[in-house]
Amino acid sequence: MTEGIATPGGGWRRADGPPAETRKKKRKGGRRGRGEVAMVDDVEFTSYYGRPIIKPPVWKTPEVPLYLFFGGAAGSAAVLGALGEFTRRPVMTRSAHLFAGGGALASVVLLVADLGRPERFLHMLRVFKPTSPLSVGTYILSPFSGLAVATAGLHVLGRWPVLRRLAGVGSAVFAGPLATYTGVLLANTAVPSWHAAGTQLPYVFGASGMAAGGGITMALTPVEEAAPARRLAVTGAVVELAMMQKVETDHGIVSEPYHEGKAGRLLRAAKACTAAGAAVTVAAGRRRAGAVLGGALLAAGSALTRFGVYEAGMASARDPKYTVVPQRERMAARAVADHASTVTS
Amino acid sequence: MTSISSASPAFTGKDPDHRLFGPLPDVQGEAGYTESHPARVGFFTDTSVCIGCKACEVACKEWNTLPMDDSHGTRDTMGLSGMSYDNTGQLGANSWRHVAFIEQVRTVDLPMPTFGRPGDDRQGSSPSPAAHDHPDAQAHAQASVLNAEALSEFDPQTGQSGTDKQVRWLMSSDVCKHCTHAGCLDVCPTGALFRTEFGTVVVQQDICNGCGYCVPACPYGVIDRREDDGRVFKCTMCYDRLTDGLMPACATACPTQSIQFGDLDELQARADARLATLQSQGVETARLYGRDEDDGVGGNGAFFLLLDEPEVYGLPPDPIVTTRELPAMWRAAGKAAVMIVGAAVGAVLSSRRPQ
Repeated sequence: MTEGIATPGGGWRRADGPPAETRKKKRKGGRRGRGEVAMVDDVEFTSYYGRPIIKPPVWKTPEVPLYLFFGGAAGSAAVLGALGEFTRRPVMTRSAHLFAGGGALASVVLLVADLGRPERFLHMLRVFKPTSPLSVGTYILSPFSGLAVATAGLHVLGRWPVLRRLAGVGSAVFAGPLATYTGVLLANTAVPSWHAAGTQLPYVFGASGMAAGGGITMALTPVEEAAPARRLAVTGAVVELAMMQKVETDHGIVSEPYHEGKAGRLLRAAKACTAAGAAVTVAAGRRRAGAVLGGALLAAGSALTRFGVYEAGMASARDPKYTVVPQRERMAARAVADHASTVTS
Repeated sequence: MTSISSASPAFTGKDPDHRLFGPLPDVQGEAGYTESHPARVGFFTDTSVCIGCKACEVACKEWNTLPMDDSHGTRDTMGLSGMSYDNTGQLGANSWRHVAFIEQVRTVDLPMPTFGRPGDDRQGSSPSPAAHDHPDAQAHAQASVLNAEALSEFDPQTGQSGTDKQVRWLMSSDVCKHCTHAGCLDVCPTGALFRTEFGTVVVQQDICNGCGYCVPACPYGVIDRREDDGRVFKCTMCYDRLTDGLMPACATACPTQSIQFGDLDELQARADARLATLQSQGVETARLYGRDEDDGVGGNGAFFLLLDEPEVYGLPPDPIVTTRELPAMWRAAGKAAVMIVGAAVGAVLSSRRPQ
């Protein structure tokens, strides 16, 4: 590549059209210090009349972000519930399992509602494809929701404790993957800001699920039994904040949508809620009011994280800049590498 | 039809070298077809001879009975995009061919205003003097109608405007690329998308449940959901016509052979020859797009000869199939799941048991 990012060969340039298709954007110096790949100060790129190159997801909102939230929270609660069964914490177990069952049910409803042809939901079960996170997710969510709803039902019935424990442990097996596969679900697309963060989003969503699942269980449980829920919630909140920080700084230009516009506002609110929730839990989690407030804040932070990440991806899909510039950078890096190998050999 | 044709090459048990990305010489075989399957077919869209007539768009709409769309993909509305002669705007659920129009200028250094046929005054300032320095240039020009000299002389794609500016129109008929490693096919959770015996990628409309996952998975933004229908639609390379031995509608309708249909091997050879011809004639901006089997999608079944950077036409410059990175993502998800269970066990063990 001898041409620069925006210099088409032969000196040709667009004759007409709005200035949107060749935009210059000054980076504010130092706004994003360490994670920035030092390559260009001006991001200049070409596009077809400023139109997006990839199609933004057609998923419905709030259905899909809420599904991401419920899946994570219900998954973490199911793990807590299963562990509670064997450590003499009957009330925590019961509240965790009731929430996990309700969350699982909500997840299924939200996922089916998002389909263009909801009556064909069962077509998901005619194949199993490891290359499709949605297919894998179907085979995680289906057994999880069945077992979690059964566990919750057996709690309500108050009978067959052995069966209930079996179902609870079964749901816990699928709970971890349910909370983290949704990160892969978003990342395994051409959406630049999701794809670039593909190995970080599962941790963000998993940790966010821990914060929400732990927080909600803590809020529904007497404080003397809720110590594990408090610890899981605070751990989740800390990991969520740390991983989200990496997502927002590690990826150069495609990290930008996480800071700007609606996504930026949602994610700032998410951070405030999560940090406040963790602080309240640590400071006052052993009092009833503190547990409820902390749990609510953590759940709100987790939900806002999902909405923020979702919006950031949508924004990155709608702007051709985030598709073209990283691909140009990749090509330039490859050209440099090729050149270097020919020089040394 | 085998039951695994909707599978990715990764899971047919044949374990080829390039399961998730890279070249696949026998893409139908990897999808589970027996050795007697037909050759892989494709489109070679040579944009240097496209005249922007949109016959391909019309033929496609007619043959496939596609509904009307405006340039934003809004169903059953007619509207002018206001940006060029392009009122289709984009590929979508109802537009399986899309002719892009780009008007470009460049400044040239000419001694004085000239009159006469467009192109006559270009002798001293053509894109590259190579064509004129070459002793055989004239012979080449006469040997082929579709060459750079003919283009600059007679084609409105390159003309003169005023004294110091040249103007050209780029026109390109975009279409589904029928990738060797198709992201849409990889991520489809129902098996509605499948690899045909011709190596193309087609949606089975009686299976698709409208999950919409293929839409953001396509690195080219081709496939889209018809909102009032709920299912996704895209170019089938006229699968119904292929099975009857006919050419796809767009290639049949194209009056300049800009859209060429045939066996992919043959098209690739033809495209390489065409590129060499253009380059020898000094069209330095010509390049093939989607021809390289080592690219991020293993090469395209429908590839292009472009006269400018891909993004000028609304094409991604370096697309990759998103599933190339999927194994790393699955590993991360597995570790994150272990993290949750580990954190929960740790939280329980570190807490004092209630009495």
